[in-house]
Amino acid sequence: MTMDLPPPYTALKRHPMMPNTRHDEAARFNFLTHFNRYVSGSLGRGNQLAYDNRVLPEFRAEHGRDPQHRHEIRDAMNRDTFHRMWSALKRNAMEMRQMNGRQTVLRQLDQLDAMARQFNAHSGQLQLDSAIQQPRYQTCVDIHCQPGGYHSEERPGDVTVGANYDVGLFATTGGALGALNDGGGQAVVAWAKANRPGWAPARILDLGCTVGHNAVPIAQGFPEAHVIAIDTAGPSLRYGAARAAGLGVKNITFVQADGEDLSRFPDDHFDWVQTTMFLHELSAAAMPRILAEAYRVLKPGGLMLHVEQPQYGPAMPLFEQFMRDWDAFNNNEPFWSAMHGVSMEEALEQAGFAKAEQFSVGVRAVVDPDVFPPSPDGAAEDYGRAAIWNAYGAWKAAPAREMAA
Amino acid sequence: MTEGLDWIARSGARAKGRRPAFFDEPALDRLYSLTLALAAELSATRERLDTVERLLEAGGSLRRSEVEDYAPDRAAGQERGEDTRAYIARIMRGFQQEVEAMEQPDPPILDIVEELSVR
Repeated sequence: MTMDLPPPYTALKRHPMMPNTRHDEAARFNFLTHFNRYVSGSLGRGNQLAYDNRVLPEFRAEHGRDPQHRHEIRDAMNRDTFHRMWSALKRNAMEMRQMNGRQTVLRQLDQLDAMARQFNAHSGQLQLDSAIQQPRYQTCVDIHCQPGGYHSEERPGDVTVGANYDVGLFATTGGALGALNDGGGQAVVAWAKANRPGWAPARILDLGCTVGHNAVPIAQGFPEAHVIAIDTAGPSLRYGAARAAGLGVKNITFVQADGEDLSRFPDDHFDWVQTTMFLHELSAAAMPRILAEAYRVLKPGGLMLHVEQPQYGPAMPLFEQFMRDWDAFNNNEPFWSAMHGVSMEEALEQAGFAKAEQFSVGVRAVVDPDVFPPSPDGAAEDYGRAAIWNAYGAWKAAPAREMAA
Repeated sequence: MTEGLDWIARSGARAKGRRPAFFDEPALDRLYSLTLALAAELSATRERLDTVERLLEAGGSLRRSEVEDYAPDRAAGQERGEDTRAYIARIMRGFQQEVEAMEQPDPPILDIVEELSVR
C-alpha cells in the first residue's frame, strides 16, 4: 500500500549554512508538517461545510441576499465556532514553526554567524548598504508571523532571521518545495527553458530575494548568466549569500537595495527581471513603483516574470477568495488581500507593458521524485501553500528594427 | 551554546502585529497554544522512543536498571536542565507572548491592512 505522506525532515538536503537539527527539533518539524496537512486537508473542508450549512443561510435570512464581497463572508465566518477553532489551530501551527526554528537557530547562532562571516568575506558575493531604509511594509508587522521579519537582528551582523526562514520552510510547505526549498525557482527555470529553448539571458535581476532560495536555482539553471539578487533586508542577504557560496553557486551576487529605486542600474540593463512570491508582501503604494522600475531596467526583448498565488478574478468564487485571504488577517500578510484583488494585467500595463506583450501561466514546483512523494494538489487544495503558482509576465517588445532583423 | 544572548528567551520572540482573538474567552486561546505545544512534544517523544527501539533492535542492548539508576554527571545535568527550561519555554509561549503584547501593544491588523492597501 502506498500512502501520500510528507517526507521526514531529515530528507532535507544539507548545505553548509543550513542549521543542524537535533533529533527532537527534526521531530517537532515532522509533527508540524503532518499537523499542517491535517488542518488544511482533513479539517479544512469543515469551513466550507460551516459556510454552506449555517453561515450562508443565516446571512441570507439577515440580509435578504447573498454576500457580495469576500469581506462580508469573513465577517460572518469570524463569528462561526468551527472557523474560529480552525483558525486558532492554524495560527498556533505557524507560531510553533517559528519557535522551533528559532530555538534551532539561536542555540547555534555563534557557529552560524561565524560560518556566514567566513563565506561572505571570501566569496565577494555580498554587497550590503547600511544607508538602505527598511520600507514601512517591512516594519509595520513581522511578515507571516516571522519574529523579526526578514530584516531584524538579534545582535549586529547576525543571520538569525534568514536561517530561521530556511530551516522551517520545509515544515510549512510539507516538503513540496523540494530538498533545498528551491522548487519555485526550479519551476521558473523549467518553464523558461521549455518556452524559449536556446534563450541565453546574460543579466538577471531577482527582486525581493530574501535568502535566495528561488534565485539560486535560476543561477544554476543559467550558469552563463549573472544573477543580481536584491532585498532591503541585510540579515536575510547575509544568510542568503553565505548559503549560495556554501552551495558553490558563484554567478549570483546579493545586493542590499530597494526595488523602488533601482537607479544604480541603467535603463534596458537586464535580460530578465524576476520576483517570486514577493509582490503580495509589499503595499499598494510600493508595488506600482517597483513594477515601473523593473520595467525601466528590463531590456527590450527581455522577460519579466512575477510568480504569485492566483489573483482573485470575477471567476473565483467569493468563498475561495475568503479562504485564500486567511493569511492577510491571521498570519500578518496585510497586503495579501488587496494585492490579490488587483488586476495584474492592469498593474503591468501601468508599469509599461502593453496587454499584447503580457501572458499568465501556471507553474508547478519541481521536486525530486526520488526523495519526495508527489505533493497533493487539486482536490487537496491548501489555500496558499500548494506548490503550484500563477506567473504573471511579459516579454518586453523589442524595437521594430531589431524585430525585422 | 550561543554566547551573549539568552537563546531560549529569544526563541519565543513574538512576531510584531496584534494577534487575532479567536475565542471570546482569552484563556481558551492560551489553552489552545498550550495543548498544541504539548501535542507536538508528545509526538517528538514518541519519535524519540521509536528511534531508541530501532537502534536497540539493530544490535544494541540496554538494561532497564541502567535507565532506572542513571544519574547525570555535572555536564549532562546542565544539558538536561537547559532542555527542561527550553521545553517549558515552548509550552508556555502563548502566555509569555501575551505578557509581551501587554508590554508593547500593536494596533489592530485591520489598521495596517488599510494603511498598506490605499494609495
